[in-house]
Amino acid sequence: MKMTMTKIARAACLAGVMAAAGVVSAEVLMNGAGATFPNPMYSKWFDQYHKLHPEIQINYQSIGSGGGIKQITEGTVDFGASDGPMNDEQIKQFKEKRGTNILHFPTVLGADVPAYNVPGVATDLNFTPEALAGIFLGKITKWNDPELVKANPKAKLPGNDIVVVHRSDGSGTTYVWVDFLSKVSPEWKTKVGTATSVNWPVGLGGKGNEGVAGQIRQIPNSIGYIELVYAVQNKISYGRVRNPSGSFVKADLASVTAAAAGAAKAMPDDFRVSITNAPGKTAYPIATFTWLLIPDKIQDGAKKKVLIDFLHWMLGQGQMSVEALDYAQLPKQVVAKELKAITKIQ
Amino acid sequence: MATPVAELPAAPSVRRAGSFFWGLHGGDKPAFLITISCAAAIVLVTCLLVYELFVNSAVSRHKFGWDFLFSRVWDPVAGQFGALPFVYGTVVTSALALVIAVPLGVGAAIFLSELAPPRVSDTLTFLVELLAAVPSVIFGLLAVFVLVPFLKQIEPVLRSVLGWLPTFQGPFYGFSLFAAGVILAIMVLPFIISISREVLLAVPTDQREAALALGATKWESTWQVVVPFARKGITGSIFLALARALGETMAVTMVIGNDPKISASLFAPGYSIAAIIANEFTEATGDLYTSSLIELGLVLFALTILINGIARLLILTTTRRGET
Amino acid sequence: MDRLLIRRKAVNAVMLGLTGLCALIAVGVLVFIVGYLFYSGGSSLNWNFFTKLPTPVGESGGGMANAILGSAKVLLLASLIGVPIGFLGGVYLAEFGGTTFPFVVRYMTDLLNGVPSIVIGIFAFTLIVLPQKHFSTLAGGMALGLMMIPISLRSTEEFLRAVPVSMREGAMALGATKTRAIVTVVVPAAMQGIVTGIMLNLARVAGETAPLLFTSFGNRFWSPGWGQPTATLPVMIFTYAIAPYEDWHRQAWSAGFVLLSLVFAVNVIARLALSRGGHQRR
Repeated sequence: MKMTMTKIARAACLAGVMAAAGVVSAEVLMNGAGATFPNPMYSKWFDQYHKLHPEIQINYQSIGSGGGIKQITEGTVDFGASDGPMNDEQIKQFKEKRGTNILHFPTVLGADVPAYNVPGVATDLNFTPEALAGIFLGKITKWNDPELVKANPKAKLPGNDIVVVHRSDGSGTTYVWVDFLSKVSPEWKTKVGTATSVNWPVGLGGKGNEGVAGQIRQIPNSIGYIELVYAVQNKISYGRVRNPSGSFVKADLASVTAAAAGAAKAMPDDFRVSITNAPGKTAYPIATFTWLLIPDKIQDGAKKKVLIDFLHWMLGQGQMSVEALDYAQLPKQVVAKELKAITKIQ
Repeated sequence: MATPVAELPAAPSVRRAGSFFWGLHGGDKPAFLITISCAAAIVLVTCLLVYELFVNSAVSRHKFGWDFLFSRVWDPVAGQFGALPFVYGTVVTSALALVIAVPLGVGAAIFLSELAPPRVSDTLTFLVELLAAVPSVIFGLLAVFVLVPFLKQIEPVLRSVLGWLPTFQGPFYGFSLFAAGVILAIMVLPFIISISREVLLAVPTDQREAALALGATKWESTWQVVVPFARKGITGSIFLALARALGETMAVTMVIGNDPKISASLFAPGYSIAAIIANEFTEATGDLYTSSLIELGLVLFALTILINGIARLLILTTTRRGET
Repeated sequence: MDRLLIRRKAVNAVMLGLTGLCALIAVGVLVFIVGYLFYSGGSSLNWNFFTKLPTPVGESGGGMANAILGSAKVLLLASLIGVPIGFLGGVYLAEFGGTTFPFVVRYMTDLLNGVPSIVIGIFAFTLIVLPQKHFSTLAGGMALGLMMIPISLRSTEEFLRAVPVSMREGAMALGATKTRAIVTVVVPAAMQGIVTGIMLNLARVAGETAPLLFTSFGNRFWSPGWGQPTATLPVMIFTYAIAPYEDWHRQAWSAGFVLLSLVFAVNVIARLALSRGGHQRR
């Protein structure tokens, strides 16, 4: 309560002083919005950063990657966040509306996992890409479908209907998931396609990674895709996925890092790269970078400085804390490239 | 507060205000100007609201025309947007809410107005009206954690009794049109009860006495005399409840399942207009997507206005007749 | 003849019993809901809830101090907008109105009252957030304020009209101007009712969530001033309820408990005041 009072008092004083004298305060309040995928990491980072620099508050709202792209385009937030890179159309729209360019800064690596709640199944299930595409296309409807049984000879799969849970909001998690499905299933590619929101053939919609995880927990026989950390934090089972080399791989730090190995060497200058279905025997096939979206011109000097400082901190100190939350650190080459790219912010 | 407003006979002062000279006396004119400008502001704001909805949905209106209302595709990748699944979800959940809430509500209102001793009636009505104040998000909270698990438990019973109907088939996950309809029913119940009770109480006592004097039982006098007398008002209360159910957002979003499909089964997930706006409005990328959502808002607006208008008309005519 | 009478009596008893059952079910369901909320919300409430900021995602502990303050600020702003406009508009309708324009005003007020809250959210977003380039407490307050206007107008009008014409005439007969009569006699006479109406109105919008989603948005920290996004209780309940974390569910229940207690407290006080006041309509 004491803290509350001092905070309120401080806020009130501040407002008063600013109004009276027009003094620009040292306090910097920034707002960002977007992906729910890295939200556990971002909220941790911004919390840590606030503790290091009490005068800086970076408020991040996880409204979905689509939301991040939309709100940064409209200019209602200082930065956006997405786990699907903006497409050319969206970048063009950004230029038209804001008269400047958008920069992508990778922050961490994460993975989409097929998370399920099947009573009676204790072991980790194996999923072939065909099985996942079949389930999400609505063609595989029972847990004991031959496609699933073949990959899981030992598991006791029930004959219950599969309940598919997907995102109801525009989402980078979705982007990564359907990007993978498009790569492995021609039918998915023509029928549904790749975007932050798609027209789902089957399933229930949940809002945010939080919402999908919540529904999987509540609904028996359900399957959905969520960021790894949400599955781990909520003790939801998640399966292995077969990669292009034919081995079933479970998402973890090593397999996600392995997926990024190729992209790390040949990172394009705008950092927009997809690492789903990456080659490599140990690579997890549904991994992704997640990006902060920052305009290359920021009028407000104080905000610009805070963002640049934060990016430096995030690429150095910040990377140390990502593994505690089951994200993988950025490869060294990518960090080096990003440090150069930061100078583009004018 | 949604009580019907009976038109009172115009006070003499109202007529006098028409005279311009009267207004000039000591401060009257400024007072008149201030209050009328506030009244005008309301008109302005409402017009602005309609205008904004209309203008901001232009992209989608031009692209899809009337097809927007009848298309069942909602595909942000292909840029195809249609309102039908959402209109369907909205209408079905609201209708289900009425099917459950109307008999219960009207029955309860009859009990409260005709049978219960005044003290009991007043206390219960007070409770019911208090419950009308429970915020929608709280109903959502209860729906997610209490209603959905409960419905899953009673699902086998429902299936065995009503399973032959096409509306109770297919798998049931809890999050469904059915759950949304039930929570809406609970939410509109207080409205139906308190307004219907008021309308029933407005029926003149001599109507009841006449029926009873002719040898009718209490039920006969209630059902054949009092209720028909108040019929329009009760219908009005139902329409008001409907209008509220149509626009309800949070509780529905939390349990409807958020899936833009049209399925005959109430057990299937669905989507309502308000729910998709709440879910996708902050994140719709691209002008067409945003303007389609705004057009959905316009559709919802038109729908509620229509229903509201009918309700007010009905209530107004009954209470008037009740007074004469 | 006798059998018919017995049948009629039986129908009478059964049907009347059924209506009683309806009342019992209706009231029972509603009371259960509130009881459940108070039970599970009250039991998980603790002091941190009122004093701490939310923790990062997935960590337990923390509270909603900023959301409580945020809701208070949004509501303050909403009443600053909704009450004066509604009140003065109501005075116009009850005391000055002619024939055509008041009809338009009433009609538009009803229209506005019928607008679904989510549509009000869209309106506030396009009107305030987009031009300002900022989600803000201000935008949230405007959205809720807009929702308050119709009801404060209609309740003001109703209570003013309930003041007997003789009181106005008496004042004017003593030489008071119309304005003076309104200010010193009519409004004070209706004051209790009007204030009650405003309180009920405020309690109603206090729980509104939909219009805040894209206006006041959300904030993990304190939100100084009026130009920043802010956390509010209803939006916090929504985001915490759909999340998968047990601790967040617990906090959502606590928040529901706090919000509902406030809404009920205002309602009970207002209704008691109304039923004791002399200017009751019914």
